[in-house]
Amino acid sequence: MSTSVGKPIARVDAFDKATGRAKYTDDLCDRSALIIKIVHSTVANGLVTEIDTSEAEKIPGVVKILTCFDVPNLPFPTAGHPWSTDPSHQDVADRLLLNRRVRYYGDDVAVVVAENEVAAAQAVRAVKVSYEEYPVILDVFDAMKEGATQLHEGFPGNILAHSGFRNGDYEKAIQEPGLIKVEGWYNTPTVQHCHIENHICFAQMEAGRVVVTSSTQIPHIIRRVVGQALGIPWGKVRIIKPYIGGGFGNKQDALYEPLCAWVCTQVGGRLVKLDCAREETFVSNRVRHAIRTHIISWVRPDGSFAARKIECYSNQGAYASHGHGVGAKGMNCFPQLYPCANVEGDCWTVYTNRPAAGAMRGYGIPQAMFAGESHIDDIAKALGIPPLEYRNRFVMHQGYVDGFSKNENYYDTFRQVLEKGEAVLEYQKKYQQYQNQTGPIRRGVGCAVFWYNTAVWPISLESSSCRMVLNQDGSIQVQTGETEIGQGCDTAYSQMAADAVGIPVSDVHIVSTQDTDITPFGLGAYASRQTYIGGFSIKQTGQLLKERILKYAQELTRMPVANLDLVDGKIVRVPDGRVLMSLGDLATEALYSMTHSEHITAESTYQIKSNAYSFGCSFAEVEVDIPMCKVKLLNMVNVHDCGKLINPALAEAQVHGGMSMAIGYGLSEELKFDPKTGKVLNNNLLDYKLSTFMDHPTLEARFVENPEPTSPYGTKALGEPPACSGAPAIRNAIFQATGVAIDQCPITPHVLFAAFQEAGLFEEVCK
Amino acid sequence: MYDLAALYEANSVAEAVSLRLAHPEAQILAGGTDVFVQMREGKRAGKALISIYGIDALRGVTLEEDGTIRIGSLTSFSHITKDPIIQKYINVLGQAVDMVGGPQIRNAGTIGGNTCNGVTSADSASTLFAWDAIVELTGSSGVRRLPIQDFYIKAGVVDIRPDEIQTAILIPKAAYEGYFGHYIKYAMREAMDIATTGCSVNVKLSEDKKAIEDVRIAYGVAGPIPMRAGTAEALAKGQAVSAETISSFAKAVLEDIHPRDSWRASKAFREHIAVELARRCLTQSILLAGGAL
Amino acid sequence: MAQFKEIHCTINGKSVTTVVDVRASLTDMLRNDFRLTSVKKGCEVGECGACNVIIDGECFNSCLYLAAWADGKEIRTLEGLLGPNGELSDIQQAFVDEAAIQCGFCTPGFIMTAVEILESGKRYSDEELRKLLSGHLCRCTGYENILRAVRKTMEKRLAAREN
Repeated sequence: MSTSVGKPIARVDAFDKATGRAKYTDDLCDRSALIIKIVHSTVANGLVTEIDTSEAEKIPGVVKILTCFDVPNLPFPTAGHPWSTDPSHQDVADRLLLNRRVRYYGDDVAVVVAENEVAAAQAVRAVKVSYEEYPVILDVFDAMKEGATQLHEGFPGNILAHSGFRNGDYEKAIQEPGLIKVEGWYNTPTVQHCHIENHICFAQMEAGRVVVTSSTQIPHIIRRVVGQALGIPWGKVRIIKPYIGGGFGNKQDALYEPLCAWVCTQVGGRLVKLDCAREETFVSNRVRHAIRTHIISWVRPDGSFAARKIECYSNQGAYASHGHGVGAKGMNCFPQLYPCANVEGDCWTVYTNRPAAGAMRGYGIPQAMFAGESHIDDIAKALGIPPLEYRNRFVMHQGYVDGFSKNENYYDTFRQVLEKGEAVLEYQKKYQQYQNQTGPIRRGVGCAVFWYNTAVWPISLESSSCRMVLNQDGSIQVQTGETEIGQGCDTAYSQMAADAVGIPVSDVHIVSTQDTDITPFGLGAYASRQTYIGGFSIKQTGQLLKERILKYAQELTRMPVANLDLVDGKIVRVPDGRVLMSLGDLATEALYSMTHSEHITAESTYQIKSNAYSFGCSFAEVEVDIPMCKVKLLNMVNVHDCGKLINPALAEAQVHGGMSMAIGYGLSEELKFDPKTGKVLNNNLLDYKLSTFMDHPTLEARFVENPEPTSPYGTKALGEPPACSGAPAIRNAIFQATGVAIDQCPITPHVLFAAFQEAGLFEEVCK
Repeated sequence: MYDLAALYEANSVAEAVSLRLAHPEAQILAGGTDVFVQMREGKRAGKALISIYGIDALRGVTLEEDGTIRIGSLTSFSHITKDPIIQKYINVLGQAVDMVGGPQIRNAGTIGGNTCNGVTSADSASTLFAWDAIVELTGSSGVRRLPIQDFYIKAGVVDIRPDEIQTAILIPKAAYEGYFGHYIKYAMREAMDIATTGCSVNVKLSEDKKAIEDVRIAYGVAGPIPMRAGTAEALAKGQAVSAETISSFAKAVLEDIHPRDSWRASKAFREHIAVELARRCLTQSILLAGGAL
Repeated sequence: MAQFKEIHCTINGKSVTTVVDVRASLTDMLRNDFRLTSVKKGCEVGECGACNVIIDGECFNSCLYLAAWADGKEIRTLEGLLGPNGELSDIQQAFVDEAAIQCGFCTPGFIMTAVEILESGKRYSDEELRKLLSGHLCRCTGYENILRAVRKTMEKRLAAREN
């Protein structure tokens, strides 16, 4: 029997995307749509005292102007988390559709609805907003200071949340004689997702309901949030999600769907479109949390840990969005990655006047890995142990089980991936070669590992639903609530469904669009969950469909079901292997039978109560031009164990993309803020330095395929993992090259200039 | 949709001049790679535009009888880079404008627009300063020519009179004959970026290649407008080709340049990089000129 | 006051006449008037390359190009690449085969730049190809498989010409 899983088939949407036929949100919007443009606040912290719309209303083409004084007083949460029926586990509801109390430079205070975009833009400029201003707070420590302006009621010290853990006895353990203390502060920046399609949505009312088409990762969650924000029954909301031009977590949030839906209801249900400009995407969507991390390790001369401590200060920005989940996830990986008996952790998530931080590829782990894996090299340096050797000795061993998630490290994955990466980069050879360099241009190699949990169980609900419908010709439609966002899950699902049912993959028609009226309930694309989570319901539903098909085959063939199977789209008598009929013939008969007509379908939900560790590493080789303060990335290798690959070609491509994001995170990407006003200075793709075609070396992606025993297809997370360990690997390579330990990213020329100056490197090399 | 009040299109220089006179409030539009961006930002929103993009007579590079290289103001960056005259005589200009943005921007952007913007970071500007370029403007009373240093008045402001458009950039033969040059764009990434600092150097060596007969150095983003570093030039002129000459030349640029602190880069950083760029550009120029180091 | 201009141009080989609002960009015209929705909007200031089209043989960001300027021009978009029976061109097929497509939003722009590169008939090094393709940003692919697709098609075409 041939299988589809494991084969590098072309994407199911590749043809449509290669021809430009694939329709994205804007491509589907009728040209008659009214245009919504948002008036954003020009203060970072304050209160709107008055809005004068009189001049704006005079502009021809302006239909309506709505302000923060007009919106319902219904605070709503925006995070793309599954809802919890337990109020204590619900996301923080801290924003209104338009906000009078503004909390970042770019907050939404009013909207203009106009017949065309020029009129809308002119009116936005003509709206006059007066503010009462408060001091701007951009840093977590300033926000936590006594007397700092409180951004939200009920969160003293601007602390959205705090959590921590105490394992063993840290204070006692550090009394052990002969310990070496290694301590560091590691800072990561506010960065943005930069999917090439900006967030866009349009809405109109049909049959008394509001229908929103949106570029989102989470249509079913958006339905709930729109209902909450507008105060209408959730069934009165319908969300349609077509192809989307990337998401990376930004679109795992209710962005402007609630506002667009509400505005629609305010103009008589007419079609309205809200299309974020790139400048708005940078500021008024979501960003990745900047996190300040403090780590202390007490190590014995042999490298083993006596005690460790981590403190994380996660910059939430203006609104809760995904909130504490991000910083906490990063903190909680700390005791697992390098197990130690005596370890303490604390994480504070703190409101500031930066843009709201939400989910972004890696969900706290890129930050945690930059801190943790930079720190490992600092330890290795302090002890004089080569960093790769240090990792091989102390990183999580086979058999480790996390008490909370019950995740188990079933294989000796870390040593396997490190061995593979070492070989591809020729790390050991280069490491020796690059010791003790002098001169203005120096090379170095570095590595870093990462830890990642697949999906969100046991913190939140994990479930997936799938529907399969048999057509007359024996082909099937497959639907799930998990969404294609570019990562390729439609293709992986088609392969899984083909194998689950027993038909060729060409007979699987995946329905890419999610429509909350039609698609089975599902939570969407996040947490690198789709392939793992979707696999359960696809397998279960496939088996269900197959059972029904074989039961019908029994009627037609008069053979016992136990002797029948469905193989490659054919009904086969198992004992002798004889093909009795094609599935197509069966399906035609089933639908058109004058005696027993049946539309054979299957639908089921699978609630998943497991999770899976996904691991891997990055290796980087750099050349540092000291006088020019520049780093050239010469080589980069990522090795992943994400279980069995469903589609090796797509898996490799996924890793390339994550590596690229990690390169930007390590070397060039950050949002910059005007310290006085809190305004984002580089809200465009020219000044925000995401890496271009010319900033990359050849990206090498490799895999170790240890089948994940909890998954029906042996698979686990790969979506986010590739973005997790690249930045610290680059940092550690620069460390080897120059001897300078940089404790912040991105490691830009400006950062290197200051660090090299402090280290006296210029005197050494610039005569 | 751009927020523009009106569009006036010129197909000849004479038409452009009369449109300028008829619509003094209007903004001149060439390749649009900057004007449209500013319009979108709201800076030039609601303005009328005089598009000169259709004046094909202003496209192309020619060699005039006296050896002057004439670059029509609407010649795109990519056409300058590919032009055989540029490649033969002042290849460094082709290399410099090949670092503007990305290929699409280089197909649209023009050398006239790049200089008329009056911005210090323009990739063409430092090289044009370093090659003693002449700017040609055409107005109702005819043609006016002035050295590029005089064309730039202050940040964002150049010497174009209300009835004029820029029609060409000229490089006199004396300015390029025997000279070899090198440009380094210092930016934060390898493509799609603006210069943090740009440095263009060219040298003419003595016949025996042992001495620097003449040297010129110009910067972008070392001050509000592109500039030459005269102190460094004077110091190196007539000196022997040596590491010492290069080093003192590079350090001397600090006498002339005055970059500022901005969120894009600090003054100290720009100064440090400017010195290193001077060193590398002069070294490379000397090597191109056949000198040995 | 609205101002309009009648223009005549060739779009994907077809000669057309249309009346455009002078405020319209070429992106607006191609998407709205001709429904050529492969032309994507990603930044509208020439920084992402998603709206890239070929005008008289050279690539331009159509977001920074007036529809009014299209008068007399020959414009090509991704929609024009498909063969008469719906067959993919070699470069489109290479994007499919090399897994160079993920979310697909940057894909049309990239393919059109690849068309210009390939039609030059020259052989480029990887470094040169990276530079020629550097006007496009992509957040999904790390550019790796896009490079493979363009390189492979270039080599195929050159080999076909040499034989």
